[in-house]
Amino acid sequence: MIEIINLSKTFGGKKVLDNVNLTINKGETTVIIGRSGCGKSVLLKHIIGLLRPDSGQVLIDGRDITKMGERELNAVRMKIGMLFQGAALFDSLSILENVAFTLFEHSNTPMPVIKERVKECLALVGLKDVEHLKPAELSGGMRKRAGLARAICMQPEIILYDEPTTGVDPIMGDIVNDLIKELHDILKITSIAVTHDMKSAYKIADRMAMLYNGKMIIHGTPHDIMKSKDPIVQQFITGAAKGPITDAAGIDDLGNILQRVTATGNQTK
Amino acid sequence: MNKPRLNFEHVGRSTLTTFMYTGSIAILLGNIMAMLFQKPRVKQIVKHITKIGAESLPIVSLISLFTGMVLALQSAYQMQKISAEMYIASLVALSMTRELGPVLTALIVAGRCGASITAEVGTMKVTEQIDALESMGTNPINYLVVPRFWALLISVPILTIYSDIIGMIGGYIIGRYKLHITHHMYHRMTFDPLKHRDIYNGLLKSIVFAIIICVIACYEGLNAKEGAEGVGKATTSSVVRSFILIIAADCLLTALLYFIGKT
Repeated sequence: MIEIINLSKTFGGKKVLDNVNLTINKGETTVIIGRSGCGKSVLLKHIIGLLRPDSGQVLIDGRDITKMGERELNAVRMKIGMLFQGAALFDSLSILENVAFTLFEHSNTPMPVIKERVKECLALVGLKDVEHLKPAELSGGMRKRAGLARAICMQPEIILYDEPTTGVDPIMGDIVNDLIKELHDILKITSIAVTHDMKSAYKIADRMAMLYNGKMIIHGTPHDIMKSKDPIVQQFITGAAKGPITDAAGIDDLGNILQRVTATGNQTK
Repeated sequence: MNKPRLNFEHVGRSTLTTFMYTGSIAILLGNIMAMLFQKPRVKQIVKHITKIGAESLPIVSLISLFTGMVLALQSAYQMQKISAEMYIASLVALSMTRELGPVLTALIVAGRCGASITAEVGTMKVTEQIDALESMGTNPINYLVVPRFWALLISVPILTIYSDIIGMIGGYIIGRYKLHITHHMYHRMTFDPLKHRDIYNGLLKSIVFAIIICVIACYEGLNAKEGAEGVGKATTSSVVRSFILIIAADCLLTALLYFIGKT
């Protein structure tokens, strides 16, 4: 189980996370939704210990990772796989070396076993015969899948997905969603995904939470989210241009912008 | 009324930035030292030696040869007036081993390899590859910086000795074929005044320069800001700062070694 308790983080005077609380149960897929730049990825990086909070706790199986030293934290990280937004494959290494990176670094597994494991992981994400290729030789979707293969290589108990469908076409996005669902069903992993893609969120989530202005404003099942009366949640999940989110951010709708442009044009005539 | 206050603010901020930068560099160097002897990544070190050392040989050869030739020609202009052409050999040998060999090699490596290290590490930073390393329990300094540190520590002194030799050959070409100094005389005038200490001093300098290049290049890369512009700025900053620090360290070391030599 993962518990996030009163987590706060400030960057350059801006409070990105403000007393965030969230509980993620074992074996569940929780999707954190929110606008771009609202702190979703920052929250994910706290869960894997890449960032240290200003205050608050991140408990993984009851142990606070924010207080751990590097060695202890690395042991926890071995139980967590992460798929980064751009896959973050190492350019200088082949796909085999990328997928088996943790095995090469932290185990004395013999090469034939590593090759077999890489083949298995790649097969799970629908890739074949790409072991010898470099990441630059793969398409965006293939890179995402190779990144996913790397995340599952150590048979983690938790997988974190940072915008899993961003940067791929809608068909590939749906394939990635199916993959996440299949991996969750096959491997029974606890998954946390952050996304602003609602189609993806509904497809993979057991539970959903929404981050807005650094606060977790709702947490529940996809049904709870859909039925929420909160205008902020409603504007986000329907993707409406008008509403409390855009009003608070001072974003004009297209009609107002066009009106102003026409008025300026008339004045200059 | 505002202007003096702004100037004070500027001076204060610059001082603070300089101290913070120096402190961060010292921390990075400390971290490198702490990890220097942990399970050496031989394969990676060899790869970087090839990139930094072997691939720098053509440019080091070219620049050292021309420098040796120009040094001999420029000094010949003065030496001929007092009929002391034969001392050109000593001048070239001592200048190359004590000063020009280490400094030129360091500047070449900083421009060629330091920039490439910053660009590579910086790109890894902005594409979250460094986060990926950490998320897989691998320390980025241990994985990225330490092998490059070893490679520079090995390559730069070797390149420096190579540069010294090529520079002397450049001087020999001018001395022998333009100034008509005999082979025997040139050889004697090159090696007679050359002491072991001159070579050691040059090598000591090259080791210090290698440390400067690695620490600055890696620090700038690890702290590159988002996007291609950030990597570009980090690369420029890495080269400029390395150049300044190499020249400053050279000045300091020359003075230091001069006084040590005198005592």
